[in-house]
Order: sequence, then C-alpha cells, then structure tokens
Amino acid sequence: MVKVVTSFGRSGVSDWLVQRVSAVILLAYFLFVAWVLLAGVSYTEWKGLFEATWMRVFSLMALLSLGAHAWIGMWSVLTDYLTERMLGSKGNVLRILAQLLTTLALFVYVVWGVQILWGY
Amino acid sequence: MLQVSIYRYNPETDAEPRMQDFQVDTGGKDVMVLDVLEQIKAQQDSTVTYRRSCREGVCGSDGLNINGKNGLGCITPLSETVRDNKLVIRPLPGLPVVRDLVVDMSLFYAQYEKVQPYLQNNTPAPAIERLQSPEDREKLDGLYECILCACCSSSCPSFWWNPDRFIGPAGLLQSYRFLADSRDTATEERLSRLDDPFSVFRCHGIQNCVNVCPKGLNPTRAIGHIRNMLLSRAA
Repeated sequence: MVKVVTSFGRSGVSDWLVQRVSAVILLAYFLFVAWVLLAGVSYTEWKGLFEATWMRVFSLMALLSLGAHAWIGMWSVLTDYLTERMLGSKGNVLRILAQLLTTLALFVYVVWGVQILWGY
Repeated sequence: MLQVSIYRYNPETDAEPRMQDFQVDTGGKDVMVLDVLEQIKAQQDSTVTYRRSCREGVCGSDGLNINGKNGLGCITPLSETVRDNKLVIRPLPGLPVVRDLVVDMSLFYAQYEKVQPYLQNNTPAPAIERLQSPEDREKLDGLYECILCACCSSSCPSFWWNPDRFIGPAGLLQSYRFLADSRDTATEERLSRLDDPFSVFRCHGIQNCVNVCPKGLNPTRAIGHIRNMLLSRAA
C-alpha cells in the first residue's frame, strides 16, 4: 500500500472510477454542445439555452467533472515525472508547486464558471 | 556478415556507456540472439557480459532489449528481429546496469515480494493435499507460467517512472495468480494492500507487457481482473 495525500480521492479505485464517470459526462456534454453549434444557433437561441436550468445544471456537472478529471490526470502525470526519483530532492518541491498551481487554476475555473452560469 | 551493436558499460572503469560494433558470421543459419552473443564472447571479446542459463526460454535469465523490443535472447531467432542485417542489443530498459547487458533486478524483485507470491491458507491443514476442482485449477492457466524474466515490467513506462511504487505487470500477474487461487484465503488482505493510486492503478493499459511477454501471457488482462475485484469489494 503506497501512502498518498495529494491525489483526488486518496484511493486508487475511487480515482479510477471518478476518472471514467467524469470522462463519460464530458463526452456527453461536448457532443451536445458540438451538435448545437453545428446545427446552427443564433445568439438569442444560445442565450435561451443557457437560461434553462437543466442546461446550467448540465454545464456545472461538466465543469465539476472537468475539475475532477484534470486533478486526477494532472496528478498522475506529475507523480510520474516530477518526483524525487527523477529529479532529486527538488522533484518534490517542483511537484507540490505544480500541484498547487493546478489546484488553484481548477478552483478559479470552477468558481468563475459558476459565476458565468448563474450570474447573467 | 551480421552487424551487431552491443551496449557496453563497466561502472568501475567507464565514465559512460557506449555501443560496440561486431561483425558476426552466422554461416547463413537462423540462429538465436543468444547464440550470436555466445559466438562474440567465445571468438571476439570475452569481456562481453550477459546473463544466461537454460538457453531454452525456461529460466528467464537472458531478458534483453533486442532491436528495441524486450525479449529472451535464447528464444528470439534472428529472422524474427533482424532488419537490414542489423542487430542492436541493449540491457532491459529502466533498471540500473550492473555491467554491459546485466541489470540490477532488486527493484523488480522487491515489487514481486510485495504481492506475497505464495499460497496463504489459515484453515487447518488437511491430511492430504488441498484439493482443487479442474475448473478452479483452470483459472490459474496463463498466470502461473511466468518465469520472472522482467521483459514486461521493464517495457512499461509506468514501471520506469515509479518502480518503487507501481508493482508492475510481472508482480501484478503473480498477484492475480494468488487472488484467483481457490485455495488461498488471504484475498481480502491482498486486495486491501493494492487499493492505492499506484500499486495497481498506475497501469494505463497500454499493453507493452502483452506485446513483449516471451511466454505469451497477458498481464493487462490480469490487472483488469484485479481492478474488477477491487471495484466489487468497494462500497
């Protein structure tokens, strides 16, 4: 059992499951948005779409999925390459720093996204 | 004449590794890669160092990186690997080099040890052997045949980056060999030691292990089974 403290769910099964479910939600969302855009949409129709509560809920779900998905994915990549094993003692510092930046960016995007979805 | 290029490195005398070229006359025969090494060692340079033992794919000693693909030198015929008359032999990637083609397998064995690769059964021992139905025995096929040559784990990028945390395809194949054994009663303890984001889940299913296994085994499938077991015990 490897001890982890910065992964999304602390557990391998949990991270794996969240990664898969969030991927399906994102796929559904982006396919839907692509379909709307390709079908041709005017500004009023687009605005109307995002005024509907279900679309806001769907968008927020996709946004939260993106946050979780990116956290797990970035954590995997960073713990592959930015490690003490690969870079010596500065590896841990660099990784924690990169993880903080990733988390901060995701937090800002989620809050900003909520503001966009419900603020207009 | 076959153009052979061999990775040479002696940590005691060399500042860095180098490739040494040899010309080998195979007499037009489709010999094995190990035969080429033996011929070089016998006729051209006796300092070329590699591991070998059974020379028939049973002991797993001569795992090598042959023309870019891991395999056992003793059961890889030249016809299978040589293109443009060139044969490049390097040590298994990702493991520290002891000398030339000999790698330090400590990390690999440490991961193997982690999965406790032995039968655990705490029920009182019966007077005869612990019996198993033919169906239950069949579940071990494709798992028990592993010879621990390390071709799979040393071809796995996840193992290259985290050989101290990710158990790797070889260890996980053996892990599942005991998880799937009807006589083993330590399933829960075994699974609870694997439920972290590294041990099993660092596998991203790229199947390099399946591609190189000289025994034709499928560690990716075994890892999938372990993942399913972990999923079904999780609340």
